[in-house]
Amino acid sequence: MTQAAPTTPGRAGASSVLLGVVGLAGFAALLEVLPRAGVVPAEYLPPTSTIGRALVAQTERPAFWTAFLDTLQTWLTGLVIAVVAGVVIGVVIGAVPVLREATASTIEFLRPIPSVALIPLAVVLLGTGMEATLVLVVYASFWQVLVQVLYGVADVDPIARETANSYRLGRWERVRYLLWPTTLPYAMTGVRLAASVALILTITGELTIGTPGLGKEIEVAYSSNAIAAMYSLVVVTGLLGVVANVVTRGAERRVLAWHPSVRKEIPA
Amino acid sequence: MSATLLRRTVMVLGLPIALIIIWWFTSANSTDFYQPPLSRILEVFPETWLNDRLLRDVPASLGRLAVGYTLALIVGVAVGVVVGSSRFLRRLLEPVLEFLRAIPPPVLVPVFILVAGIDNAMKVLVIISGCVWPVLLNTVEGVRGADEVLGDTCRSYRIGGVLRLRSFVLRAASPQIITGARQALSIGIILMVISEMKAASQGIGFIIIEFQRGFQIPEMWSGVLVLGLIGVLLSLLFRAVERRVLVWYYGVRAAERGTR
Repeated sequence: MTQAAPTTPGRAGASSVLLGVVGLAGFAALLEVLPRAGVVPAEYLPPTSTIGRALVAQTERPAFWTAFLDTLQTWLTGLVIAVVAGVVIGVVIGAVPVLREATASTIEFLRPIPSVALIPLAVVLLGTGMEATLVLVVYASFWQVLVQVLYGVADVDPIARETANSYRLGRWERVRYLLWPTTLPYAMTGVRLAASVALILTITGELTIGTPGLGKEIEVAYSSNAIAAMYSLVVVTGLLGVVANVVTRGAERRVLAWHPSVRKEIPA
Repeated sequence: MSATLLRRTVMVLGLPIALIIIWWFTSANSTDFYQPPLSRILEVFPETWLNDRLLRDVPASLGRLAVGYTLALIVGVAVGVVVGSSRFLRRLLEPVLEFLRAIPPPVLVPVFILVAGIDNAMKVLVIISGCVWPVLLNTVEGVRGADEVLGDTCRSYRIGGVLRLRSFVLRAASPQIITGARQALSIGIILMVISEMKAASQGIGFIIIEFQRGFQIPEMWSGVLVLGLIGVLLSLLFRAVERRVLVWYYGVRAAERGTR
């Protein structure tokens, strides 16, 4: 359907990296110039260099690293729980037609419930610790994985299924050789989506509930009027998000290197 | 015939009804202050919501979401088409866009309170700034991935301008744009609620957080139900629109699968 652009590294790769760096530099320069020229008020949007200095100052604070690790812990714990639960439940539900039929309406109903709706519940039931934020994170990212896995299981090629029948593959062999290879690309898409959703909800929980972490640090910096510090923390969360995207995409490419034809069909 | 219909009905309604019944009975004698019986939650529901809250706060929230979401769609698709059509721009801006997309949108709530105060403009800006990235980046991908043969055909027939944009570029990118729009919608709902929880005097998020702070627990639960219902309704609405817009795409996919 679509012609995937060749992603071979080489001359084209090098020049595009260079252009990208130019783009980033231009963006940073723009944010440096705009406040200095008075186009935007500098007290609301400090120039890049000021934010950069604040960022360096952050890295020298032990409290920053504690918050950083707290965020990392909540995020990864939530993500792992959501992925394991999503894959296991997805494969079980997807592989048994009756279960699939019986749960479809419930899943369709529960999935769009915005996880932020659970914030007050999480607070009154679990307090303001990591558990409360974890509930939001798991709830939001679980559906991403589950739904992708369900799509994947449903996508098993009929001919492959019949072939498996002819060879009388047992239950586990079917899961291993039939379900798993078909589902994996979908599951990886689910993991990639879940990773960024989990980060968003981790920060959201910290920001609104007050669970320790970068989100809370942002809130503290904001309320104590440390504007440059606040922006520097925003940059850190952005970098975390970039790392998440790069890592999950890299993992996707590695895990699915053997399955290029299916990869093209994954909706991004 | 009627047997299969009955079976389908049981399949669709069975589990939800069972879950509600379980909730009803397990919570029936609950004396836990924080987990009131379902009957109590439903009892306070009408008096809590069927008054000017439904006429004032819910439309206020949804109105902000609608404005912010629509603007994000317009900006995202417009910029996405421009960036996606140009190899140079794509390479220049990709890292910047990836970074901006990766910033978790809720952290922008304090930023925009600072810049735009706590009125409607701030909440709409927050929603736009969160929703625009998935739309923009998916549009870029969609435009980039458009069928080259069709592009060449357009060139041969000298199809350009608005016609090319409408019947080739946007059409080819529409499955991706819809994917982006779906991600944007759930982010938009999150931001709608959070911006109201952080700074507002009305809106659904504000009401729920007020109930929580005032320990009006059954009312708070009813608010959670309202928010859940809004999420479900918006997703149904989105699906209806998606079916209409992408009807041709499902046809193509079905045909491709048939011949495979």
